[in-house]
Parts: sequence; C-alpha cells; structure tokens
Amino acid sequence: MSEPARRDPTPARLSSSSDRVFEILILMLASIIVLVFLTSIYQLGKDSWPALTHFGLAFFTQRTWNPVNNTFGASSMIAGTLITSLVALLISVPLAVASALFVAEYAPKWLANPVGYLIELLAAVPSVVYGLWALFVIAPVLGRWQITFFNPEFPDRLALYTKCAGLWADNKTTLQCFFVPSSGAGRGLALAIIILTVMILPYTASVARDVIRLVPADQREAMYALGATKWEVISRAILPYARAGILGGVILALGRALGETLAVAMVIGDSQDVLRSIWGNASTMASVIANQFGDARELLHRSSVVTLGLTLFFLSVLVNYVARLIIARLTPRGIQ
Amino acid sequence: MTSAATPTTARAPAGLSPARRFQNTVMGGLILLATLIVVAPLILIFFYLLKEGIGAMNLNFFTRVPAPEGETGGGLLNAIAGSVEMLLMASVIGVLVGVAGGIFLSEYPRHPLMPTIRMLSDVLAGIPAIVMGLVAYGLIVLKFGFSGFAGALALGFLMIPIVVRTSEEVLKLVPLSVREAGLALGLPKWLVTLRIVLPAAAGGIITGVMLALARVAGEAAPLLFTAFGNPGVNLDPRGPMSALPLEIYRGATSAYDENQRLAKAGALLLITLIFVTSLLARRFSRRR
Repeated sequence: MSEPARRDPTPARLSSSSDRVFEILILMLASIIVLVFLTSIYQLGKDSWPALTHFGLAFFTQRTWNPVNNTFGASSMIAGTLITSLVALLISVPLAVASALFVAEYAPKWLANPVGYLIELLAAVPSVVYGLWALFVIAPVLGRWQITFFNPEFPDRLALYTKCAGLWADNKTTLQCFFVPSSGAGRGLALAIIILTVMILPYTASVARDVIRLVPADQREAMYALGATKWEVISRAILPYARAGILGGVILALGRALGETLAVAMVIGDSQDVLRSIWGNASTMASVIANQFGDARELLHRSSVVTLGLTLFFLSVLVNYVARLIIARLTPRGIQ
Repeated sequence: MTSAATPTTARAPAGLSPARRFQNTVMGGLILLATLIVVAPLILIFFYLLKEGIGAMNLNFFTRVPAPEGETGGGLLNAIAGSVEMLLMASVIGVLVGVAGGIFLSEYPRHPLMPTIRMLSDVLAGIPAIVMGLVAYGLIVLKFGFSGFAGALALGFLMIPIVVRTSEEVLKLVPLSVREAGLALGLPKWLVTLRIVLPAAAGGIITGVMLALARVAGEAAPLLFTAFGNPGVNLDPRGPMSALPLEIYRGATSAYDENQRLAKAGALLLITLIFVTSLLARRFSRRR
C-alpha cells in the first residue's frame, strides 16, 4: 500500500523494523487458522487410518454397520445424511424464499425489521434446544397420529399396518408402506427431517433477503410501468435477477444440514437398518458420531466413527467452497 | 429491453383481468402464510420453554448441582460455571486469532498468504461443530483425558472464522484516509493499525465477538467427547467440566422427570442469554 513511500526518508527506517515485527506477529497469529485446518486433517486422517486401511473404499459402499462383528460400512448413514438434508432443503427453500420476499417486498418497515430479527434469531437457537423441543412437543403430536395405526378402532389403518409389517419383516416395502408408521414413538427419520427443515430455514432466508434487497429498483419499476402486478414483478423481475444469490444461500443451508448433529441425533433413533418407512429409525453420519463415539471401545469401531467425521469434513469443505464460488461469481457485490 | 415497449402501450388502462388479480392475491397470501410458518417455531419454542422452564428457575437452580438420579431439588450450577469458564477460555483463542486474522486480511491485502488464509477461514466456518470435537479429542483428550480445556479449544476453533469475518469487514470500513492521516504524522504502520484503525473498528469487532459467543455458547456437540460433563462444580480446566448445552442434552434424553425439568429450565436460560446477546450485538452495530 504505502510501503514504497515510507522506505526513503530516514525517520521511517526506525519504524520499518518495528513494522516487520508487527507484521510477523500478525502473520503468526493468522497462520493459526492454517494450522487449525491442517491439524484437523492430520488428526482426523490419523485416527481414521485403521478403518480406511482395513476396509478400503468398501467402507463407503458397504451397508453393514455391526460393532459386534467389527464390520463397518457407512453407506446407510451416508444415505441418511443425504436424504434428511436434501428433503429438508426441498421443503425449506420455498418457505425461506417466501419469507424473504415478505420481509423485502411486502412488509412495511415497522413489520419488516422485527420479522427479520425473528428469522435471524431462529438461526441463533442452539441445536440441543431444537432437539429438546422436537422430542417433547412434536414427537408426542406425531405419536398420537401414529398410534391410530395400531388401534382396532381404525380397522382400515390397522389392516394397512399389518400388511406393511409383513412386508417389512422380509426387508421389503412398497410406496404406500413407506409412508405407514412403523412405531408410535414419534421419533424417526420424518421427525429429523421436520426439525432439520426448521433449523436451516434462516440460512436461506437471510441470504435470499439480502439478495432480493440488492435487486435494483429500476428492475421493479420497469416491470410495474408495464402494468405488472406485484406477483408478476416478483416472479419475472426480482427472482430471476436474484436466483444466483439465492442458490448460494441454498447451498450454504445444505452445508449446515449435512453437519447438523445433536437435534438430529436426539430424534432420529440411531438405527443402521434398511429404511422401510419414512417414520422408521435411521441415522446420519453426524448422529452416529454423537451417539456412538463415546461408547466405542474397539479401535476399529472408534476409527470407523472418525472416518465418518473425516467424510463429513471434506463434504462440508466442498459444499461451502461451491456455495462461496456461486455467491462470489454470480451476484452483485455486497451480500457477504 | 422493457423500455422499448413502453411507448406502444398507450391504451387506456383496462384494469387487471380477474385471473391476474386472483393470482396476485393468492401468491401474496401464500407468502404471508409461509412467513408465519417460518416464524412460528421460534415463538412456539420460546413460549414452550417459558411455560415449562420458568417454574424450575428458582434459587436452587442457580446455586445447586443436579440432584442424584431419582431425587429432586437440584440445580445447574455446575453447568453455568462450566459454560462461563469454557466460553472465557474459548474467547481468548477466538479473539486473539480471529482479530489478528481480520487485521491480516484487511491491512495486508497484498501478502502472498492472504488468499490462502481467507479461503481457509471461510472453509473452517462451514465445518460441523462435532468434527471439531473429534479433532480436539485427538489433540488433547487422547493424551490428557477429558478436560474443560479441550472443550474450550474446540469452541475457540469454532469462534475463529466468525470473528475473522466480522473484524475483517469492519476494519475495511475504516476509511483509507484515516490510515493515511496517521502515516502522514510519521506513525509506523503498526501503531496506526493498533491505535487508530483498531479503535475505530472496535464497536464492530465487539459485535462480531458477541455473535461468535452466542453461536458457540449453545454448542453441545463438540463438548460431548472433550469437556464430557461433570455432576459437580469443577473450575479446574484440566478436569472434565459441565456446560449448559451438555446438561440440556443429557436431561432431554433422560428418562427422569427431574432431569427433564432441569433441561427445560436450562434451555430457557441458554436461549434467553443467546437472544439477549444477539440483540445487543445488533443494537451495538447499529449505533456505530
């Protein structure tokens, strides 16, 4: 910056050595960021080495996860992570974009600010609190509905359940049976998806709101001048203009969803069986780490759990990288 | 493009066709409905915790440790003390490295390491908290056992990217002319940075630190295998330590009513503190 200007006059010589010291000090402290990153890779790599060498790439394609036989394959929880995250994303994106539109386009200022606050606070609620709420409030509500499938007062539902239970016993399922509850506890994959949806809403919503606010007023006015209705302005002038930024927000939310741990671990039921009903127990990579790492005594079990962490690490690095690439490339400056 | 069409649309305004009016109203209604759905969980969670937790928030809650399983009348002093201590230790790491990172990114933009550090800081921001717990486990717990220090380290690592990002942004908002004025007075760059630029950006940096604290204060995942939890009050960072989110997790998944009651009260306390911190942080950054 102003480096060359300060080199020549004599008094600056005095300060330039202290400037070097300061620069090196700041650089050393800032390099701790690099150190944290490299240490993480080294530590995770070292601890997952036994499992990786023992199972090889089959670790990611094998389905059996059996601590008793020391056989570990991660495909069922990789699938669990992808299913919960993508379905939650699918439900949350329209809701999040709609709420962003409300805050940026519909609400008067006195309402827009508090609603914006509330949506941001949604992101500040800790994962455990979401988990607690899901367990104590949503699970009983779902459970009350699920129990009707085991109740003789609803003969057709009971018949459906009985038919499906037979199929499930043979490890089979049909499209209809996939939506029939397999227990009355309320917990399971569906509850995990519900709570995950709520948790990632604010990430997409706040990025979308910022991007929508950045759409130039000309863009809207030109469309209004053509006689368009508010919805036509939104759908033809605002959303197409803001879509790249919104996509970046969606991918950031995906990154959150992939690594979300405790809320999911508390409600998903920690089962590595084949998924036969959306209401059944399942597991994600993060939930298995939370539920099993503490109890894993065997080296191979422990190492397999760390390998899940390593996978999650690289997955989130990749997702965040893509998100930032999209945000940086495709939107006008200013939304970071 | 659209302006080309404007002169030709000089017809008398015909009014909206019913179909378009209908579509406009329906979509507006749907957007309002969606916003209500988005905001509802926050309000439901807060009032649920208020209803269930406020009763348990008595003097015992703040002065006692959890009662042995099956007994009643305990509190969460162990968790409150542990959370405060670990957050203090974590902020030492988070603030020192985070602010230094922010200064580096904003004041030395031509340094060859700048792009690497910016990218890695962004990447760290996206790493799941539980993975940081595994890293701290491998680094500290394997050698020295469960400890509050290991938990604080994991939390500090999580704070770094948040502090880096906000402090870089606010440091860049300090006008270049302020720096030049300092340099013109003959001050060396380090004094300009520390005594002029940093104080000018202090409000924004404090906001960033508060937001980072609010974020990691609720993390239980990285503490599960590092701080581990402790039924008694422990202030020695070398030993296992409890924390509010840990007690909430244990209580919520416990079968005992008493533990669940404490978990709800703990959640109310935690969520209130986090909300107040976030709102204060926003107020603070507004006034700046």
